[in-house]
Parts: sequence; C-alpha cells; structure tokens
Amino acid sequence: MAIGVKVLDRPTEQVSYVRAMLSGMALTFKHMIDPHKVTVQYPEEKWPISPRWRGTHRMLTDETGKSKCVACGLCPQICPANCIKLVPGEDEEGNRYPLIYEIDEFRCIFCGYCQEVCPEEAIHVGRHYENSEYSRAGFVYDLERLTAQTHPVCEMWDPDDPKGE
Amino acid sequence: MTELALLALQVTDPLRLPNLVPFMIFTVIKMITVFTVTLVGVALLTLAERKISAWIQDRHGPNRVGPGGLLQPAADGLKNIMKEETYPDAAYKPIFILAPMLAFIPALLTFAVIPFASPISTRWGRIDMVVADLPIGFLYILALTSLGVYGIVLAGWSSNNKYSLLGGLRSSAQMVSYEISMGLSTVAVLLVAGNVSLNEIIFQQATTVWNFFGLTIAFFIFLVAAFAETNRLPFDLPEAESELIAGYHTEYSAMKFSMFFIAEYSNMVTASALIATLFFGGWDIPFTLWDNQAPWTIWKTLATATAFSVKVLFFLFFYMWVRWTLPRFRYDQLMSLGWKFMLPVALVYVIVIAALLLWLDWLGIRPGAMWGAILGGVNVMLAAILFVMLDHGKLISPASSRAQADRLARLRAMGVRPALTPDSVH
Repeated sequence: MAIGVKVLDRPTEQVSYVRAMLSGMALTFKHMIDPHKVTVQYPEEKWPISPRWRGTHRMLTDETGKSKCVACGLCPQICPANCIKLVPGEDEEGNRYPLIYEIDEFRCIFCGYCQEVCPEEAIHVGRHYENSEYSRAGFVYDLERLTAQTHPVCEMWDPDDPKGE
Repeated sequence: MTELALLALQVTDPLRLPNLVPFMIFTVIKMITVFTVTLVGVALLTLAERKISAWIQDRHGPNRVGPGGLLQPAADGLKNIMKEETYPDAAYKPIFILAPMLAFIPALLTFAVIPFASPISTRWGRIDMVVADLPIGFLYILALTSLGVYGIVLAGWSSNNKYSLLGGLRSSAQMVSYEISMGLSTVAVLLVAGNVSLNEIIFQQATTVWNFFGLTIAFFIFLVAAFAETNRLPFDLPEAESELIAGYHTEYSAMKFSMFFIAEYSNMVTASALIATLFFGGWDIPFTLWDNQAPWTIWKTLATATAFSVKVLFFLFFYMWVRWTLPRFRYDQLMSLGWKFMLPVALVYVIVIAALLLWLDWLGIRPGAMWGAILGGVNVMLAAILFVMLDHGKLISPASSRAQADRLARLRAMGVRPALTPDSVH
C-alpha cells in the first residue's frame, strides 16, 4: 500500500512570492485608480427592479376614482397566507363593492395569486420595496391606502410569452 | 574642510541656539504644532484608510458626512465619546484602563525627535524644526518603539478573555522578533551616517545619496519590520479578526477602543516619518543642496516641510495599499520570516556594509558623490542577488520552497513502507 506523494515542481514564475505580491499590488492599484465604482448610491440611485417584481399591493381604480373591485371574494379565497379581509357590500343598483378591504402586508407572502385570480384586474402586487412604517398597525393597508398607491404594478408571467418579449 | 563637515557644523553649533526663554517658548509652540498635526492627521487617516480600501474594492467609501465624507472622523469620534464604557467583570481594571494609554503615548512620544523641516533663523537664534533635538535621537526611537508592545500585551492580559490574551501573546512574540531585525537594519544606516542624531543622518543623505539608493536591503528590512511593529496587515496577527474576534481589544468599547485605533495610526505616522527620515532624506528636497544650507528662511522651512509631508504621506498610503492587498501571514510564516530570513540577512548586511565602509575609508574615498556612487553600485548588486534568491522561493516560507531532494526521498520511502500493518506499528 503505497502513499502517492505528489511533488509539485511548478516553474518559478508560478511559485514566486515576490512576483505574486507585486502583481497583487499592481492589481489593487489598478482598481483604486479605476473611476468605475460598482456601489449604487442608494437613496439617489436605484437599481431597476424586475417587471415581475411582487411588492406591496395597489388597488387600481376606474375613471371615476372608485376602486375596480367588485368584491367577488376570489382573492381572499385563493390567498395562501389568509391576509386579505373582504366584507362585500351592494349599492342601490345592485353593484357589489367592498365595504372593507384590508391586506395585512406582514402576513402576505407576495405570491401574487390575488392579482392572477382577480377577474376585474383590480388588486395588483406592486413593483415597490420601500415600506417603512412606525407601527405594526401601519402595515394593514385599507382600501383607501391601497387605491392611493401610485407605484407601478407587477406584470404577471404570461405562459404564452415566457421570456417577456 | 569638506562640505559635509561645514554643513554638520551649522547644525550642531551650540552658540547659535537661542537663549533659554525663547527656546522654551519655541519648543512649546513646536510641541503643540506637532501634537495637533499628528492627531488631526490620525483622524483624517482613518478616513483615508476607509476611502482607499473602498477605492481598491471598487466602492465609493464614506461620503455622507460632510463634503466627500470629510467630516466622517468627527462623526466617528463623537460616536465613540457618546458610547458606553464597558468594563468586563473579569477584567483587571487598573491595567485595563492603563493599557490604551500605554499603547497611545509612546506612539506620540516617538515623533518628538524626528526633524520635520529645515531650521529657521530668527533674531533669537536658530530654531531647529524638531521638538527635541536629542544627540542620541535614534536610540530614543528604538527605546520608545519597544515600549509600544506593552499597551497591547497588557490590554490582552487584563481583559481576561481568551481571544484578547492570544492577541496579546502574538503581539509580544511578533514585536520582539521584528524589533531585532529593525534595530539591525538601522545599524547600516547609522554606520553610513557615522552618527545617531537624526539631523546628521538627513545631512549625510542630502550630501551623498539617499539611503534608499545606498542601502536598499536595509530599507526593505526596516519597512517589513515597521509593518510588523505597527501591527498592520500582513502582520496584524494580534488583531486577526477572522481568528480572534478583534484580538487584544475585543473587550474594549467607546473611547478606550478608539484609543487603540489612534495608537495604531499614530504608530503608522511615526513609522512613515522614520522611513522617510532614515531612507528618503527626511525633509531634504532631492537634486538640490539649496535647502540644506544657510541662510535659513521661512520659505525654506515651508518647502522642506512640504517635502517631508509628501514622503510621509506616500508611506502612509503605502501602508494602506499593502493592507488592502496582502493577506495575513500564518503564525509560523511570520516567525520564520522574522527569525530565519530577516535576522540573518540583516546581520550579514551589517557586516557587508561595515566592510565596504572600511574599504572605502582605506581607499581614501570620503563621503561625497563618488562614495555615494560606489555604495549605490554595491547596493544594486546585493539587492539583485537577494531578489533572485527570494524569487526562487528559497528564503521565506516552508510553503514556498520546493521539497529538497533528501526530504523527497524520505517521503517516497515512507510511501513504499507498508503503512498500518502490524509490523509497521511499534
């Protein structure tokens, strides 16, 4: 049972500490004087986010400024995190509308099913990620808050156009 | 009389020094100036370090506080003053408090003997631009730099923390090891100058050749030893974040922690100033003797002070550049570099230089251009030899050297022997 002793007999230019050190110093110097820096200066500059980014919700409105929601109840039905609270109401003409529509953004897992299931294209997940609040209660978005959001909304994945072309 | 002797006379002539009262006043002014410049410099160096590290890593660095992040040191200082001072229960408090001071004070004291500009003639006499022009300047520096280790060792010990203790131990081993090579490398400088006064060393370099060109090997040994003495990468084993949390200052917080940082950067300033003084002519402006002779004017002082600052700043930059390039040594590599490489090389170098000087003296060549040329020529040869040896990986580390033939044969023989059979186990 022999132990195979591997002898590394590499050329000097590969094993020389001096040359490795000098080339390392040259490399760091090159990077130091290189004006191209990769840091994004966050509050001023932002990276573009994906068109399919799923962030905090936004309720779209019709021309009159009312929410498009018809309180069909599909979104609380499909929501896997059970974070949507919907109490439907009906006006004199028999149109359904939400009396209470609340989304607990802390419970939400941002799967985007609510947007996919919505027949009226009313509730959307948004392309947005700056969500600071001073209290936990602030993260329960009511209908007013949801309709007041202005950020762009997520473009859902289209099976006919998988690469988004 | 030669030119050198004339110049030397101008420096040491005691009759031209001012009287006691003006002397005291000027000394106090110089003390305050040096202290302020060093401390403000240290504050800015912390910013410079972060900026340079950022640039090297393709980042921007701190740029939120003040224009270009210039007020960042002030913000850091304010934060450190406001923070809570913590005292671990197990720490030995008197030494725990004393240690940061001990780290900090020698670093600043060392600067006292470094001449930072040419003298000024005033109507009270000639004012040397050095806080204390000790005739034994260099010995004072050697004595004080060896005090620097106490702060770190005591911090490590009094924290009563395993990481701190290990950091302190490493630091003592490292600093003691490299102090020897540091001292020996400067022996060559002292031999060439024939004096231990730093002003004399500067004049000698101004009139012949900068020691960097005459004593390159001594310069490199001194440079490496200075890195080790200041605990900067690649010699930051006492701190070693990845192994020892923060090493000797793990248990420190707030301003006491900050004190270690100030000490580190003051040490860097002092070491850079020393390198500039011993090997790059101190405040000497190259290629001209205009700045090395009377009449001493304020413009001359400003010009030489600028020259000195440029040299010091370059070495401070070099410190940072190296820090953000090279990885930390392994402990055995550190020891083998210190004891097996730098110490013998420094010893041999002292002998070679001493012999060379003796030979030049015997030939009757006095310090001057010819003398400098011979020294430079010999130096290029020696440096080339050392470089080739280093390049072939024979000197530094066990990891870099190729296995020797007899060792290889032994390893191969081990392979042939049946391993782990009953008759091979004794």
